[in-house]
Amino acid sequence: MSLTTPVATTGRITLGLLAAVGRVAMFAASTVANLFRPPFYWREFLSSLIQIGYFSLPVVGMTAFFTGGALALQIYSGGARFNAESVVPSIVAIGMTRELGPVLGGLMVAARVASSIAAEIGTMKVTEQIDALVTLSTSPMKYLTVPRVLAATIAVPVLVGIGDAIGIMGGFIVGVNRLGFNEAAYLTNTYDYLQSWDVVSGMIKGAVFGFLVALAGCYYGMTSGRGAQGVGRATKAAVVAASVLILASNYLLTEMFFSS
Amino acid sequence: MIQLTQVQKAFGSNRVLQGVDLTVPTGESMVIIGGSGTGKSVLLKCILGLVTPDSGRIEIDGQDVAQTDRDAFLARFGMLFQGAALFDSLTVWQNVAFRLLRGAQKKPKAEAREIAIEKLRRVGLKPEVADLFPAELSGGMQKRVGLARAIAAEPEIIFFDEPTTGLDPIMAGVINELIREIVVEMGVTAMTITHDMTSVRAIADRVAMLYGGLIRWTGPVAEMDASGDPYVDQFIHGRAEGPIESVR
Repeated sequence: MSLTTPVATTGRITLGLLAAVGRVAMFAASTVANLFRPPFYWREFLSSLIQIGYFSLPVVGMTAFFTGGALALQIYSGGARFNAESVVPSIVAIGMTRELGPVLGGLMVAARVASSIAAEIGTMKVTEQIDALVTLSTSPMKYLTVPRVLAATIAVPVLVGIGDAIGIMGGFIVGVNRLGFNEAAYLTNTYDYLQSWDVVSGMIKGAVFGFLVALAGCYYGMTSGRGAQGVGRATKAAVVAASVLILASNYLLTEMFFSS
Repeated sequence: MIQLTQVQKAFGSNRVLQGVDLTVPTGESMVIIGGSGTGKSVLLKCILGLVTPDSGRIEIDGQDVAQTDRDAFLARFGMLFQGAALFDSLTVWQNVAFRLLRGAQKKPKAEAREIAIEKLRRVGLKPEVADLFPAELSGGMQKRVGLARAIAAEPEIIFFDEPTTGLDPIMAGVINELIREIVVEMGVTAMTITHDMTSVRAIADRVAMLYGGLIRWTGPVAEMDASGDPYVDQFIHGRAEGPIESVR
């Protein structure tokens, strides 16, 4: 091994990473550009909206409900150390709307939707359906990617909003039935301390996460390798990439929205 | 007329096409033969623009395909894919009428469905098949639906990628006959890639053999048996011994 080998390896890895980031960025730019260029495939958009939004509702709702309940228990037991049990309703509401609702909702959608999009488009690629689309004068970007990305960008914030409400309800049920809070006091406390920006910022995060989830699914599907193994790899990569992108962008958005 | 001049394509160090020259006259049925992995599919995909050649020139009726309007160019083509490549989420008639339901050739839904059913009938399928999904069809039926889709918009040029692969000999014969009938009836220029010699004799007006990234031999199908080329002879007779190396 020569002295320059580690440097060359580092350089190769860096270049490979930069090339991958460049490819994803170009795919994202092309997706956004195609959002504003006709034709637009409404049927595919509505079908994606139902698949991504409506069918993700049970899993997002259940996640939010149990998270809200667990959060109430944690804050109550943790807050007891400094006599701050009374903040349970407001912390549950703020925690759910600002952070846990969008992040956990986004991660659940990533697991469900990014994998399904990547597997579907990857299989279409392997079975030459993507080539068939091109020969039928239809852009795969416009027909497959744009409707899914737009649908996820619209559906996920709505899911986050619903998840927030369900999560707060989960906290309320635990607070009232397990922790002995008065129903009216719990609701008043929640309402008084919750600001509209808490909810809106969470929904903006949801829109960004939805965009990233669908983008990861489409990108890895479109670049899937051959055979069942190729589609399997694409599916796994899409879920991992979507999850990491959600967590990283969540930090950046939180910094942007709340650091001041 | 389709004209390829010195078309080259490599994937990494694998030089698949090393300077292909080929002419397919208008209204003729050209069949390209060659072993697996010799670049037959890549050649078709280069013409369609699904794969970009590294160098060389591809012309359709004297126009460089790299400089033509892509949608107008593709509207002249129909293609039957090896595995039919039907869209799983659409019904059979929606697959057949795909081009007629969107884009420049868009027609009202009822008219598109009527044309789809007519094309299905042309390839020997009953109208009842129209509302089924591709997964509910046998391999042979899927190929027929793929063929119906390829001819739905009355293209001038049709490509057939391994049209009989995976079919039993009788169904392969039916598909070969259908292809020949459709090519003659519509007067289209056809380009087929296959290594099924029965298909070659049934479909071809002319034959070209691709070997080593080059067109090794080309000529009328009637002259194929007397080509005098040892590579062609070995291939068409399926001999293990000969200049084409076979892996045992």
